Amino acid sequence: MNLLDSTPANNSLLNSAMGSERTQYPYVTGTSVIGIKYKDGILMVADMGGSYGSTLRYKSVERLKSIGKHSLLGASGEISDFQEILRYLDELILYDNMWDDGNSLGPKEVHSYLTRVMYNRRNKFNPLWNSLVLGGVKNGQKYLGMVSMIGVHFEDNHVATGFGNHLARPILRDEWNENLSYEDGVKLLEKCMRVLLYRDRSAVNKLQVWFFSLYVSLGLSSGYFASPSQSSSSKWTHE
Amino acid sequence: MFRNQYDTDVTTWSPAGRLFQVEYAMEAVKQGSAAIGLRSKSHVVLASVNKANSELSSHQKKIFKVDDHIGIAIAGLTADGRVLSRYLRSECINHTFTYESPLPVGRLVVLLADKAQVCTQRSWKRPYGVGLLVAGLDESGAHLYYNCPSGNYFEYQAFAIGSRSQAAKTYLERKFETFTSSSREDLIRDALFAIKETLQGEQLTSSICTVAVVGVGEPFHIMDQKTIQELIESFEIKETAADQGAAMQEDKSPEAAPMDI
Repeated sequence: MNLLDSTPANNSLLNSAMGSERTQYPYVTGTSVIGIKYKDGILMVADMGGSYGSTLRYKSVERLKSIGKHSLLGASGEISDFQEILRYLDELILYDNMWDDGNSLGPKEVHSYLTRVMYNRRNKFNPLWNSLVLGGVKNGQKYLGMVSMIGVHFEDNHVATGFGNHLARPILRDEWNENLSYEDGVKLLEKCMRVLLYRDRSAVNKLQVWFFSLYVSLGLSSGYFASPSQSSSSKWTHE
Repeated sequence: MFRNQYDTDVTTWSPAGRLFQVEYAMEAVKQGSAAIGLRSKSHVVLASVNKANSELSSHQKKIFKVDDHIGIAIAGLTADGRVLSRYLRSECINHTFTYESPLPVGRLVVLLADKAQVCTQRSWKRPYGVGLLVAGLDESGAHLYYNCPSGNYFEYQAFAIGSRSQAAKTYLERKFETFTSSSREDLIRDALFAIKETLQGEQLTSSICTVAVVGVGEPFHIMDQKTIQELIESFEIKETAADQGAAMQEDKSPEAAPMDI
């Protein structure tokens, strides 16, 4: 690859003598994020774990964040890259607000922007090591999409990252419907998270559940199930 | 306008606090042939008078599509207008590529105004000699803006620029209160009537004017001549042959002289 490329913060100690290899390795990672559309908007859930390899090292990592007035972003993968993405989005929302003209970036626009960012980084062989779930509501329209670390992006009624794709989406395919109430949606997501807790070694018992409703016009309320007893009640006996 | 000693440079103020070069640029707009715009709640119509140098040549293109939801009509130095329309198209398409959603008209207009302002504050540049009527639709509704060479922009319910635009403005001022709730057809009709006012006696035919529309569910497009001609006839705009001797006729009679005179 071209050594003269202007890529910021290039750790030359990691470059091999032959050419620069910039594809990284993730260090502190988050596991699955699941997002679904429900009757009144969007529901997203992620656990609060940050794994350091096989160690479940950090247990209060917020992997869901609100973006602007209309969107929610959830990320799995490298936590520091997620924080970098949040800085990009901060700047984006700031400039959007500075127009001060009544227009605002909705979830579709943020999703598109993130796709561009992820894809361009991938083309430079320096990806942001994340899978992103972007959901939101604008003008009564629900939106839910995903972007992978190589820039693959799509919209759907229910999305998940990582292990969630393999363990949660089959459940969602069977049990999701358009008119899920908030309570039913949360129950469905908790069911998915319970399966993930059983089977995903990087899952922890503490969840962040956020919803974005059509009717919450100003920001969003967040639900935060902190105590293990409340979240993911799991059964470990044989019967 | 007589010559002043403070008008050589755009970066020279007059003692009265004016930038004459900018004002001269605005004069250039007034010399161009007329363009008008009007909007309702759901549609915006642009219309312009086609001026051709001679009967042999084609007329200047004055209406440009900028994006599916935005179009412009220009008056003044049409070359400057062409260059600016390329800039506007570029901004729109870049926004759509990054955000997969159309650029709000208000933002495009500010980008254009800021570009025009730069030319009023650099000694090696000159102001753009073209006024633009920007018509577009976005989430917040239908919009019509006027962008000045000075870098100012204003939003309008209806406006006219170019030569003899005052006649059109007078007509629009009488009727603008009804525009918000006008139907698409009424809006086009009023546009044609306003154009007719600027012609001052000349016969209005589809070859002398161009009309473009953008609306909810209707991307910006220039209407074809045949439709315009039919509309003109149905609105009974054609005057009787009598009053042709208007004082200033910049164009010959728009009807093509028959080949075998």
